[in-house]
Amino acid sequence: MTTTAIDYEAVIGLEVHAQITTRSKNFCSCSADYANAAPNTHVCPVCLGMPGTLPVLNRAAIEATVMTALALNCEIPLHSKFDRKNYPYPDLMKGYQITQYDEPLSLNGWTEIDDGNGGTLRAGITRVHLEEDTARLLHRVDSVTGEPYSLVDVNRAGVPLMEIVGEPDLRTPEQARQYLLKLRQILRYLGVSHANMEEGNFRCDANVSVRPRGSTTFGNKVEVKNMNSFRAVFHALEYELDRQSTMMAAGERIPMETRGWVEGENRTVSQRSKEEANDYRYFPEPDLPPVVLTPDWIEGVRAKLPELPDAKRARFVQRYGLSPHEADLLTDSRARADYFEAALADADPTDDAARRSLARAVANWMLGELARLQNAHGDEIEAVKVRPQHIRELVAVIEGGAISGTQAKDVFQKMYDTGEAPGAIVEAAGLSQISGTDELAAIVAQILAAHPQPVADYRAGKQEAIKFLVGQVMRATKGRANPESAGALLRDTLGG
Amino acid sequence: MLERKELSAVELTESVLARVEAVEPSIGAYVTVTADIARVQAAAADRLRAKGLGGPLTGIPICQKDVLATRGVRTTCGSRMLEDFVPPYDATVVRKLQEAGAVMIGKGNMDEFAMGSSTENSAFHPTRNPWDPARVPGGSSGGSAAAVAAGEALGATGSDTGGSIRQPAALCGIVGLKPTYGRVSRFGLVAFASSLDQIGPFGRSVHDCALLLQAMAGYDANDSTSVDAPVDDYAGALSGDVRGLRLGIPEEYFTADLDPAVRACIEEAIADLERAGATIVRGISLPSTPHALAVYYIIAPSEASANLARYDGVKFGYSYHDGGGMWEDMERTRQHGFGDEVKRRIMLGTYALSAGYYDAYYLKAQKVRTLIRQEFDRAFERCDLIVAPTTPTVAFRLGEKSDDPLQMYLSDIYTIPVNIAGLPGMSIPCGFAQGLPVGMQLIGRPFEETTLLRAGDAYQRLTVWHQRRPELAAMEAGS
Repeated sequence: MTTTAIDYEAVIGLEVHAQITTRSKNFCSCSADYANAAPNTHVCPVCLGMPGTLPVLNRAAIEATVMTALALNCEIPLHSKFDRKNYPYPDLMKGYQITQYDEPLSLNGWTEIDDGNGGTLRAGITRVHLEEDTARLLHRVDSVTGEPYSLVDVNRAGVPLMEIVGEPDLRTPEQARQYLLKLRQILRYLGVSHANMEEGNFRCDANVSVRPRGSTTFGNKVEVKNMNSFRAVFHALEYELDRQSTMMAAGERIPMETRGWVEGENRTVSQRSKEEANDYRYFPEPDLPPVVLTPDWIEGVRAKLPELPDAKRARFVQRYGLSPHEADLLTDSRARADYFEAALADADPTDDAARRSLARAVANWMLGELARLQNAHGDEIEAVKVRPQHIRELVAVIEGGAISGTQAKDVFQKMYDTGEAPGAIVEAAGLSQISGTDELAAIVAQILAAHPQPVADYRAGKQEAIKFLVGQVMRATKGRANPESAGALLRDTLGG
Repeated sequence: MLERKELSAVELTESVLARVEAVEPSIGAYVTVTADIARVQAAAADRLRAKGLGGPLTGIPICQKDVLATRGVRTTCGSRMLEDFVPPYDATVVRKLQEAGAVMIGKGNMDEFAMGSSTENSAFHPTRNPWDPARVPGGSSGGSAAAVAAGEALGATGSDTGGSIRQPAALCGIVGLKPTYGRVSRFGLVAFASSLDQIGPFGRSVHDCALLLQAMAGYDANDSTSVDAPVDDYAGALSGDVRGLRLGIPEEYFTADLDPAVRACIEEAIADLERAGATIVRGISLPSTPHALAVYYIIAPSEASANLARYDGVKFGYSYHDGGGMWEDMERTRQHGFGDEVKRRIMLGTYALSAGYYDAYYLKAQKVRTLIRQEFDRAFERCDLIVAPTTPTVAFRLGEKSDDPLQMYLSDIYTIPVNIAGLPGMSIPCGFAQGLPVGMQLIGRPFEETTLLRAGDAYQRLTVWHQRRPELAAMEAGS
């Protein structure tokens, strides 16, 4: 970091491009799912830009964009349109990109992020608009002649892309990272994008300038590209903050330019000057009528919004008594949050204490052993074999005193490896249950004799008391009894 | 005749193909003659007719303007750039006409990328006017118009961005109709100016045009600008009755630029229609008309500059390679692949859209465009159709205007406002001046092609202009 006498702060605004996971491309019926396809197999005359072909807008992409914009608290104008952005490049099939210039689908939003200092920051969203992706260029070198050449893969061309333009509200590389994490989380919650930076379906360009802390003016901004991970964004911005601060401290003028992050070298290099603005000669796309939305339609999309991460986190804290940190972790992805709640599915809704107690136990398993094993195996929650109800069962087995904490971890490991229910594992592992009624009956008799108060409670009509007695049977048998058989036998013996 | 089985589709097609062979050396209406396809389609048409099936176009030989994509048949757009381009798809109009049973004789010559008014801008050869081979057939659909006029096809398709159907129809003495913007799908029409381009038919009679339009019109899910409105029964609407129809005469279309002999023909035609019972409404005013040309030469080149950006030699069409690197190859491809007029318009459009000029040119042009539309709307409160000349003069000589783009542009002053406003317009033969055909233009309200056709057909029932054949044609036909 900078060691200059004046304290500098960064002013950062991020532009994020996220591929939308629609079935077909934005303007033709080609499949947009080309991840595992051979080059140039998801193409047609339209996305190849052949003469005479015309774009037809994918309604699903509009809905996904509007849904995202609503999740980012944007205004949705009733009228928007598409424009042509003209620039020649071999990855651009038509010689122009269909995008939205001055009338985007949404405007003026915000999202709340962790400010990296224990507080929150409301980061402005300038706009979310819909456009099309370009083809992919593959640069090669001829193995014989050593001549460089390029190949074009058109599979990606025309895939719907939403551009999320952020206000320059971020002040540190960490805030930029938090902002990206938040966007990714929301996109994944909505199910509108895979939002995976490494796979290239979530891309980030950063505009960054520096200024003395406390100043309200903006310095010359530098655009940084080629960042293919969250880590890269963080380090590239740290590098820029340092580089620009040093230059500013030395009284140098910071040129407006585009710089590229060089991964292996941990630095940015100048790519081209932006002192003279590019002229993209935008004009309204005559092949597509304007998009006219109705308030009813927009409200319909709003109604489809799932519970968003912030709301879910707050609810988890309130309803389950989790700490904000636990709630944060459990709501990290929608799948994880759903898993958590599935494990609590049949908790008594009227019994707060029981629900919280179960929630605590499930959270502990999920954030402890499950998370540890997931990390070790690199498994996403969706790929985990342990069923949510098995965690609940495991908690019951433990509460019943059937197995020790150490045993429970071994059982969980087996659950993770095999996907089997905890009961089955306990049995197979020689922690097997007593099935002979005679043996069990003897133990039941002992337990009843030893605990007159619960017996009296049960006889007085307090059904709950049986749970305690079952627990005692389980403890006495070291978990080898079948809790259901034990319960039945207890009731019989007590003349239930 | 086909319906009465006096003539088979194969016989008709063979006679047209023979005609093509005989007159093409002096006319040059076609870029590509598709005799093999025509014969197969004609045979299929006869089989259909033998079963008592098919419609009015089954077996009818037509010329497709080479701006329309034809699957498996090269589609040049009159350009070196697409000299060997064979599309893997049919334009919607091509498919629809095929489904209606029409027989494709070939692909009609045209000004490169439909930019021009004389067909002299074809990269391959000029087309000559059948009425006088020293003169142009008009453009850009000159090949289509000349083919119909010379008997090399019974009907044809054209595309009209600023008059490219109506102007050659007028100059070749046939009927040409530009439908309302959105009435006919543009899918497969190689784009020149997307917000102005519209495909339409050519025929010797209004009735023929009605039949062709019937097959061509309608909503197409592949063209988002095509309009999902019912298609009228065009031929069925030809009642021959124009009584009570209010014909507006806009003074701005009868200016000093108008050749007095042409003007006389138009006035005569108006009198004929009045005698047939139409009401003439004089003093219709379209005051922004003089600005239409300027508006057009901002909007059309602007859109063209983007539409033609895809021709870079990377993906299809002509490609220049000399190892000078990607950018140099792309530049040279465009340098050699495009003709002068195309380059001129790409430069005009690029300039008009540039930062700092956009507001002054493109945006201003769009505002005037709105004004022109509104003026037409107001005019149509007082009349049902507007009657005007199609062109200020009859056909000019080859080479006469080719060195003076502005003079060339002025030959479209009466047709351009109709594209700017997106209205339907039709040119029908209404006499001769200096021995050359004169066209009268009818302009209608949006999607009221029926009214145009009804008035035009009524006029043709009263007159014989459309029955005249060029001498060249008569001579060959008689031989």
